[in-house]
Amino acid sequence: MAHLKIENLTKRFGGFTAVREASFEVAQGEFVCLLGPSGCGKTTLLRMIAGLETASAGRILQNGAEMTHLPPSKRDFGIVFQSYALFPNLTVSDNVAYGLRSKGVARADMAKRVDELLTLVGLPGEARKYPAQLSGGQQQRVALARALAIQPGLLLLDEPLSALDARVRQHLRHEIRALQRRLGVTTIMVTHDQEEGLTMADRIAVMNAGAIEQFAAPAELYARPATPFVADFVGTTNFLPATFVAPGRVAAAGRELAADTPAGLAPGAKLRICVRPEDVAVRDVGPGAPNRLETKVGELVFMGAFSRARLDAGGGVALQADFSANLLRDRAIAEGVSLAVALPPERLRVFAD
Amino acid sequence: MFKRFDTDAIFQRLALLAVAAFLIVVLALPLGTLFEKSFRDRDGVWVGLANWVRYLETPSLVGSLWNTIWVSALATAIVVPLAFVYAYALTRTTMRWRGLFRAVGLVPILAPSLLPAISLIYLFGNQGFARWMLMGETVYGPIGIVIAQVFYCFPHAFLILATALSIADKRHYEAASVLGAGQTRIFLTVTLPGVKYGLVSAFFVVFTLVATDFGIPKVIGGRFNVLATDIYKQVVGQQNFEMGAVVGMVLLLPAMLAFAVDRWVAKRQVALLTARAVPYEPKPNAIRDRALFAFCALIAACILTLLGVAVWASFIQYWPWNTALTLRHYVFSNADASGWEAYWNSLQMSALVATFGTAAIGVGAWLVEKTKGAGILRGAVHLLAMIPLAVPGLVLGIAYIFFFNAPSNPLGFVYGTMAILVLNTIAHFYTVAHLTSLQALKQMDPEFESVSASLKVSVWRTAWRVTLPVASPAALDVWFYMFVNSMTTVSAVVFLYGPFTKLASVSIVNMDEAGFTASAAAMGVVVVLTSGFAKILHSLLAAYLAKRTQAWRAR
Repeated sequence: MAHLKIENLTKRFGGFTAVREASFEVAQGEFVCLLGPSGCGKTTLLRMIAGLETASAGRILQNGAEMTHLPPSKRDFGIVFQSYALFPNLTVSDNVAYGLRSKGVARADMAKRVDELLTLVGLPGEARKYPAQLSGGQQQRVALARALAIQPGLLLLDEPLSALDARVRQHLRHEIRALQRRLGVTTIMVTHDQEEGLTMADRIAVMNAGAIEQFAAPAELYARPATPFVADFVGTTNFLPATFVAPGRVAAAGRELAADTPAGLAPGAKLRICVRPEDVAVRDVGPGAPNRLETKVGELVFMGAFSRARLDAGGGVALQADFSANLLRDRAIAEGVSLAVALPPERLRVFAD
Repeated sequence: MFKRFDTDAIFQRLALLAVAAFLIVVLALPLGTLFEKSFRDRDGVWVGLANWVRYLETPSLVGSLWNTIWVSALATAIVVPLAFVYAYALTRTTMRWRGLFRAVGLVPILAPSLLPAISLIYLFGNQGFARWMLMGETVYGPIGIVIAQVFYCFPHAFLILATALSIADKRHYEAASVLGAGQTRIFLTVTLPGVKYGLVSAFFVVFTLVATDFGIPKVIGGRFNVLATDIYKQVVGQQNFEMGAVVGMVLLLPAMLAFAVDRWVAKRQVALLTARAVPYEPKPNAIRDRALFAFCALIAACILTLLGVAVWASFIQYWPWNTALTLRHYVFSNADASGWEAYWNSLQMSALVATFGTAAIGVGAWLVEKTKGAGILRGAVHLLAMIPLAVPGLVLGIAYIFFFNAPSNPLGFVYGTMAILVLNTIAHFYTVAHLTSLQALKQMDPEFESVSASLKVSVWRTAWRVTLPVASPAALDVWFYMFVNSMTTVSAVVFLYGPFTKLASVSIVNMDEAGFTASAAAMGVVVVLTSGFAKILHSLLAAYLAKRTQAWRAR
């Protein structure tokens, strides 16, 4: 049985719909990420799960029990906010122990439990300090320890890493993920950082304008985006304007290409073809290769391990392609040279426009 | 679908209802009664606008309306520029003794407004030793009123302008001088626009203070009538409550205008300074600094002189014939039947107002800011809490007479007791205390309550263990604000004291009226000393609190 089940959850603020009929399930011990641009409703969705916002419609079930309208204090979750919301006048140990008292933990056990938790998050020996005396990353760990202290069935993380600088953020990503695996606590994290979502989550719900566009594992999301929005938001992608010719055949950049097409299209229907820059093939592109395009290399931007090339395919169509340093050397690719590339049919995603 | 409320939420709603009910009883209902009263005659019969027409047809009453306007305008036109230069010198120069000048500039806040008026009588009155300076004019009337008002309003204008002037972005000044602007041009294009809202605010605040002050025209106004003294005469002198109500409504106008302007200013001021602004650091400039030092020294000398004259007058036998020192004016029972009792009453009332006021207003602000749901109720409480800023003390005072003295009012038993003085004074100073509390609460992370809920800790426990300790400096500020204002206020309580609850400030009015000017001055000195002592205590406590909580406030 799913640990958490969200059914058609909707939140309206006056005439504005912040979350529109969101439905998904989270398995026991799963790490789910709500990913989307700011204002997409991901935080509102999380706050409804926490009971901090009341749902306008829909249901939330935890372990099969309905809790849609329970107040937060009657639900089973721990939460870490972007600001951490650590109590400034309490020491680290008092912050962590804050929820233990209400659970009826004896005083002697409490100190032991706090020590365990601080060791767990990698902060042993900082118990007597105040939050203001800690770095941002350390404060984040205290907030995590405080949330985990009550052994919640569900852990909610609201952009927990976005207030930190890049290096600490990367490090904590792995730590939080490892900790979550070890404890097996079902976790939902809100983030606008796609890399964070891709590296940490078991499954990601990509949200746009209040609705969940796709709910899938990171690899699936990346390889087979369900909508143009997902293709665009997760990773980098080329959009080529195209028209529908026949099932499996589309016209783009002045020629016909093979690609999986959605069902139910009329000939001449406007389409968008989606292809990742790293999927543009250069090796083994013979004269008869499928979906072969004659292009000219425009601008070439050095990005470190690879370079991003702008390829002019004629007819005003340009696409971006990523070439490794190796490939550039082998094929003597430089600005201005002609280059035959192929768009592998199995790598193309076609969307009705 | 089912809904389940937790007990916390139910208690919060009930508490919010209690605060709303409190504000309605101590504010909305009395003011409503006053408004209604202005349309009824002595016997309670509805007479429509008859009272208003009679008001406009009585030349002496309309005359005092005009008097109030021009005296207020004149005092404002004098005090705002003086306070501006003073505040400029303190915030934008490197001259010496800035801390001392700041303290002296704020001294008048510690005194009841009656005190400068009494000092002026000693200086320029019929027996005044500096009477020749008036060149035959009398101090009893507009001259005395304006000078005393300048003293009384100075700190209020100074505080507003010093705050406005202390918010400055160094980069604007650097940009201007890099672009080749001279000192005058920088002042006109950077400094003045930066403080224009502060100036507007200061103008309206001072105008309202002067127009609604009762103590000064009462003591030194002579036969020069203003609205504030009219109310007193109509209500206390002639028992003409209907006309008192009309004058009260008229007196509400400038205060309401000032209130509207203040709200407008507050809305615009927000975006003036970004979080990334670099604070302005004044550079030494010998000529400017010396000139401004001389100016500040002159102002400070005037303030200290007015205060000093009152102190001196309270210690001498009989001005001007016998200047031997004596303590007999401090034996207040010689001058006023209530004697020292009035002072102890003031002390008791101020402590009660400060304690209950801080608690009630703090809880109200907490409910408005930190609880969820009941949006309309929270908005209503906030709106009610803003009303006192627009209501002069005198108006609130007569509103209380009408409301609490009505035979049909079940709350009538508080009339003439200490309780009505405490309620009235809490209501009178509610807004500033409410805004201070709200400000402190807004600075806290809004998720404290959410975290507590997730940790299954009740909101009350978090309020006690986290919110209150973090807000304790603000609570301390509010306590002393209420205390000092309660010590010095006269305007509302002058209508409400009973035979056993006469206050020090009212006693000053009575003793002055009865000709015991020296004793009136002595009582004023005792009040100033008490407020000053409270102020010092406040600073010490605040410093202690800051030190004790330094560890967790450090950034």
